[in-house]
Amino acid sequence: MATLKSAVAMGAAAVAALIVGGSPAAAQIKIGAVLSVTGPASFLGDPEKKTLEIYVEDINAKGGVNGQKLQLVVYDDGGDANNARTFATRLVDQDKIAAMVGGTTTGSTLAMIPVFEEAQIPFISLAGAIQIIEPVRKWVFKTPHTDKMACEKIFADLKRRNLTTIAMISGTEAFSKSMRDQCAAVAPKMGITIAHEESYGPRDSDMTPQLTNIKGKAGVQAVVNPGFGQGPAIVTRNYRQIGITLPLYQSHGVASKQFIELAGPAAEGVRLPAAGLLVADKLADNDPQKSVVVNYSRTYQQKTGQAVSTFGGHAYDGLMILVQAMQRAKSADKAKVRDEIEKTKGYVGTGGIVNMSPTDHMGLDLSAFRMLEIKNGDWTLVP
Amino acid sequence: MAEFLQFFFSGLTVGAIYALVALGFTLIYNASDVINFAQGEFVMLGGMTTVFLGLAGVPLPLAALVAVIATVAVGLALHRFAIEPARGASAVTLIMITIGASIFLRGAAQVVFDKRFHGLPHLFGTEPIRLGGAAILPQSLVVLVGAACVVVLLWLFIDRTLLGKAVIATAANRLAARLVGINTGRIVGLSFAVSAAIGAVAGLLVTPIALTSYDVGTLLALKGFAAAMLGGIGSALGAVVGGLLLGMFEAFSAGYVSSKYKDAVAFLVILAVLFAMPQGLLGRGRVERV
Repeated sequence: MATLKSAVAMGAAAVAALIVGGSPAAAQIKIGAVLSVTGPASFLGDPEKKTLEIYVEDINAKGGVNGQKLQLVVYDDGGDANNARTFATRLVDQDKIAAMVGGTTTGSTLAMIPVFEEAQIPFISLAGAIQIIEPVRKWVFKTPHTDKMACEKIFADLKRRNLTTIAMISGTEAFSKSMRDQCAAVAPKMGITIAHEESYGPRDSDMTPQLTNIKGKAGVQAVVNPGFGQGPAIVTRNYRQIGITLPLYQSHGVASKQFIELAGPAAEGVRLPAAGLLVADKLADNDPQKSVVVNYSRTYQQKTGQAVSTFGGHAYDGLMILVQAMQRAKSADKAKVRDEIEKTKGYVGTGGIVNMSPTDHMGLDLSAFRMLEIKNGDWTLVP
Repeated sequence: MAEFLQFFFSGLTVGAIYALVALGFTLIYNASDVINFAQGEFVMLGGMTTVFLGLAGVPLPLAALVAVIATVAVGLALHRFAIEPARGASAVTLIMITIGASIFLRGAAQVVFDKRFHGLPHLFGTEPIRLGGAAILPQSLVVLVGAACVVVLLWLFIDRTLLGKAVIATAANRLAARLVGINTGRIVGLSFAVSAAIGAVAGLLVTPIALTSYDVGTLLALKGFAAAMLGGIGSALGAVVGGLLLGMFEAFSAGYVSSKYKDAVAFLVILAVLFAMPQGLLGRGRVERV
């Protein structure tokens, strides 16, 4: 019995020695992440968390960054900005992270910005709104494209088809509202007239009255639906139900296979802007993004058994931009890494090709979006 | 005219959905004075279980049947493990328990199912019926007929069977009901089971139009509850009338006033009606006999 006890004790001591003695030799770089893994934004936060975990493990298996292993510290804010701020403070004070990837929602990100600005820690957000990087803040970057770019992409496509007078029908929840406002702001600059506007609630099950009013409006040449969730699918079905034949544009908010399933045959001919990741297998072989998006979607699907979403892609881009900046800086020094993130040029990610500058902390242009059209129940690239 | 007709059809579609959800409130209320705020989750369970069994390869009619049975089981469990242990508590406490149960069911559905939106195929296809320049989906009529069937069955049950009389007796005076030999606990349990079944059927019929997800119950129950109040809570016919009226208010205010204010307009009308008729349009005022 005594020998067993001493053996256990020795084993424990050995393990302790490993932990204590091992850490200075292979120091770790702590990367923080506050994500909305549960709660209403979980469909964004969940793939983000999985992506970060998969790739941190992958990077460590390949020897880490500059000879140091990465350690990921993830907190779940449940979609609540107050929680996000608390966790941000904890990451700074207790975990003493070297850099930050994440902030799933715009609300969480905006709540955390003051914390990381003050602590002077590089912060790459995964949220959409343009307010995160406008005005430019020294330590704050983001990977996803903005609503405004989606509007511009749609309007550019409309112009190419010589359609200049549109009607807009939008949801009333945060995503749709933000995109609606961006579209309304950018429309005059691009020579698009919004002749009529309608809205619907987040859980409405029938939008035919709104669409009937749009149908009766003279001069409308196309309809744009900034929306999210099940609303756009119902709009699309109702659109065909009451026989509107004008071109219909959906937003990147519903850029998933699920939208086609939900809207069914009514989705035929609908156009929407989306990241190249969604059509990985349809990109031309000489497309610079092809290998990145194909590899990411294959890896993600293998490890999780789920289909890729653009949100996980944002996390991938955030992590890779950070890791590459650390490699170029040859250290995890916060100020040096920040400078290197800002110098990111020609990074080919899932969201597009990133060229950052002191005045642009996102670094994406309109080419990041592909215009897709739904044909025969599948995406096709609009040339 | 075509516009008016289209608004009317929209009101009919949305109203039929509200009516079917509202019907679920009546029986439990009749048996126990409790407004079951987990009713929306019954609707969600009916739809989601069918969707997931369907995805697992179970033929849809069988999946639908299993979904109804599963939801009834959940309703019975809710009664057995949450309502029955608190049977001495006031109606308000019991209502709070149902709110807790609804949050629990929603959370459990997130884990058991997923967080995405799902649909079910329409019973008679998606080709709309066109009439006078307006269009309505056949499924809207299915929902309407479903609501009508539930009303008739409920009426037959309450007014024509001894068990139904026992439900009324339990609601009127639980002590007296027990004295004449009615097992009141079992009656309330029965009301939960039947309400769960109504909810599940509502979920089945509504999902092709409104789609479903783990949190679909919250707002459906809110609208259904408003409809039930408008029509007079406890009255099956009232639930249908209230649901259809609520749908019409929404559709016509979206069409003629502004889609921004359609919910506000609908709820203003409800407030106005309840000011004038506190017991709802078809509700019977409760007479307290001393």
